[in-house]
Amino acid sequence: MSATDTQTRELTCGGAFNEALHQLMAEDPDIFVAGEDVGGVGGVFGGFAGLQDAHGAMRAVDTPISEQAIIGLGIGAAVTGLRPVVDLMFMDFALVSMDQIANQAAKLKYMFGGKAKLPMTITTAGGAGLSAAAQHSQSLEAMLCHVPGLKVVMPSTPHDIKGLLVASVRDDNPTIFVQNKRLFGMSGPVPEELYEIPLGQANVVREGADVTVVAYSRMLHESMAAAERLAGEGIDCEVIDLRTVLPLDTETVAASARKTNRVVIVHEAVRFAGLGAEIAAEIQESCFDYLDAPVGRVGAPFTPVPFSPSLEAEYVPSPKRIAEGIRATVGRPVPGA
Amino acid sequence: MNANALNVDLDTLRDLHLRMLRIRLFEEAAGKIFEQGKMPGFIHLYVGQEAVAAGVCAALRVDDQVGSTHRGHGHLVAKGGDLSLMMAELMGKATGYCKGRGGSMHISDLDLGMLGANGIVGAGAPIAVGAGFANKYRGNDTVSVAFFGDGSTNIGAFHEAANMAAALKLPVVFACENNEYGEYTRRDATMAITDVVERAAAYGMPGVIVDGMDAVAVYEAATEAVARARAGDGPSFIEAKTYRYYNHHGVQVLGMKYRSDEELEEAKGRDPIPLLEKRMADAGLMSPEEAQAVHDQVAAEVAAAVEFAESSPFPEPDTLFDDVYTVS
Repeated sequence: MSATDTQTRELTCGGAFNEALHQLMAEDPDIFVAGEDVGGVGGVFGGFAGLQDAHGAMRAVDTPISEQAIIGLGIGAAVTGLRPVVDLMFMDFALVSMDQIANQAAKLKYMFGGKAKLPMTITTAGGAGLSAAAQHSQSLEAMLCHVPGLKVVMPSTPHDIKGLLVASVRDDNPTIFVQNKRLFGMSGPVPEELYEIPLGQANVVREGADVTVVAYSRMLHESMAAAERLAGEGIDCEVIDLRTVLPLDTETVAASARKTNRVVIVHEAVRFAGLGAEIAAEIQESCFDYLDAPVGRVGAPFTPVPFSPSLEAEYVPSPKRIAEGIRATVGRPVPGA
Repeated sequence: MNANALNVDLDTLRDLHLRMLRIRLFEEAAGKIFEQGKMPGFIHLYVGQEAVAAGVCAALRVDDQVGSTHRGHGHLVAKGGDLSLMMAELMGKATGYCKGRGGSMHISDLDLGMLGANGIVGAGAPIAVGAGFANKYRGNDTVSVAFFGDGSTNIGAFHEAANMAAALKLPVVFACENNEYGEYTRRDATMAITDVVERAAAYGMPGVIVDGMDAVAVYEAATEAVARARAGDGPSFIEAKTYRYYNHHGVQVLGMKYRSDEELEEAKGRDPIPLLEKRMADAGLMSPEEAQAVHDQVAAEVAAAVEFAESSPFPEPDTLFDDVYTVS
C-alpha cells in the first residue's frame, strides 16, 4: 500500500510501533501485550505507552523478569487461541529464553502434526550504538534464522515498522519483530490507518546499475549514505532493504544481482557466519553466471560489542566502511575482460 | 481405609480405575513393542505413576488443559486420549496424533486440552501457565494443570513459571510427580530438601503432599486445588509421592543399576491399581468379576490400538515439508 493514498504524518519509529499496537488492540480483543515494564510505564523505550490506560492491566501485562516464562506465556496463550505480543526488552535476552523460542514456539506446530497454531509476536530491540556494551547491543538474527518455524522481521523505517508490525501480529506463526535501538527516534511519513506490509518482501529503496547493496534495519540507512557518497564517484548503487530476514526474499535480491552483476551484503551483526554468508551462498547458486566479482560482505568484526564510544564506533559498520567494501567489489576487474 | 474410598462417589471410583487401567495396559503394550524394536526413538513409560494422572484428570473438565512432560503418555490417556491415535504416533505412523512428526515425546491433543508432552525438562510449565493466563484473560473458569517431575523443579523455567502464575494469580494447578529419580539420579543427590512441596511456600502458593499411589487421595487433593483455581484464588501445588517401575528411558534395556530390586518390589507392593480394586471390593463397590471385565474391555481397546498402529502406513516422504508454518 502506498503511503500517498492516505493521510500521513511524520512519526518516529517508536511512535509508529506504538500507534500500530494501539490500533491492533482496538481492532482485535484477542491481542494483548506482556513483558518487563510494558504495562505501567509503557516500556523502557516507550513502545507500549498508553496501552494499559487504554485497555487495562490484563491487556498490557507487567511480568516478572522471567524471559522463559514470558515466552511461555505467549506460547500457552497462543495455542489456546489468543494473539499475544510478548516483549523481550533487549534482543540479547532472547538467549535467556532460547528454549522457549527455538525448542517450543518454533516447533510445536510441526511436532503436533500441524494441529497447533501459534499467532504470537515477540518484540525486541537489537543493535549497538548506545554504549550498552556486550550484553545489550547484539544483533542475533542469524541464530534465530537457523530455526525452522520462526519468522524474523528487521524493519528500517517508521512506515515499514507500522506495516510490518501489523503483518507480524496478524500472522499465525511465531514472529520475532526486531527494532533497532538507534532508530527509535528517527522520523518519517506514516499513514494514519492500519496497513500491512507482507512479510518476506524486500524493498528496492534505490535503483542503480553498478552494484547491488543488500541491507536491513539500521544498516539500510548507513548503506544509503554510502551510496550517496559513491554516486559522487560515479558508482551507481542499487540498495535493497530486506525488511524481513526470515523468510528471505531471495528473488528480489537475485533479480537485482542479475542486473548489476555485483553484490555486497551489509549487516550490523558479526560478519562471520552471519546472514551475509547465507545470502552470498544463495546468490552464487542462483546467479553464478551473472557475477563479475565475488559477493562482498560488510559486517561487524568477530568481537563482543565493546562499551567505549571510540571502540563501538570502530565496531559498527559505518558509511565509510560500507563504501570501502562496495569499492572493492566494484573495482575488481571482470574476469577475462 | 474403606471410609476414604467411600467419600468419593461410585462413578468417580470407576472412572479412576478405568483411567489407570487404560494407562497401564497401553504402556505395557507400548513397552513390548519398543523392546521388539518396532518403535523408533525414545520411550519414557508412565507405569507406576498412574494414580497421579488419573486422580488429577478425573478432577478436570474436558476443556481444562494439561501441560505435560517427557513422560507424557499417561497424561494424554488420562485426559481421554484415543489409544489408537497414540499408539500410531509412538510408532511413527501417518495416522498418529501428530502424523508421525512428534512421537512419544511430543504427543498431544489440543482438542482435549492436552498441550503436548515435552522433550525438555521443565519447559511444559511456562506453556501451561500461558494457557492459564488465557483462561483468566477470557474470564472463563477453565483451569490448566502443569504436570512435572521432582527433577523439573531444579530447572529455571519451572521457577519462572511458578512465580509468574502466583504473581499474576492465574488459575493453574502445579502437579508434581515425585518419583524419586531425575533420569537415573536419586532425588536426594540433586536437592537438599525431602519434600518438593516446600518450594511452593517460596511462591506464596498453598501446597499439599499426597500419596501418589492412591488415586482417591490424588483426586481429592486435585479437586480442592482445581476448585481454588476456578474460584479465582490462584495457583496451588500438589506433590504426589509416586514411583516409576521402568527405567527413565525404555523398559530395562540399558540394564543400569541405580536402585535396588527390593526398593522396586516395595513400590510395586503399593501398586495403585490393585490398591483401588481392593478398596472397592472391600466396600462392596466392585466385585473381582467386575474388575476383570474392565481389564478385558481395556485389553481389547489396547489390542485394537496396536492392530491399528501396526497396520497403518508411515508418512510419505514428500510430506516432509508440511506443517512447518501456518499458511493463512
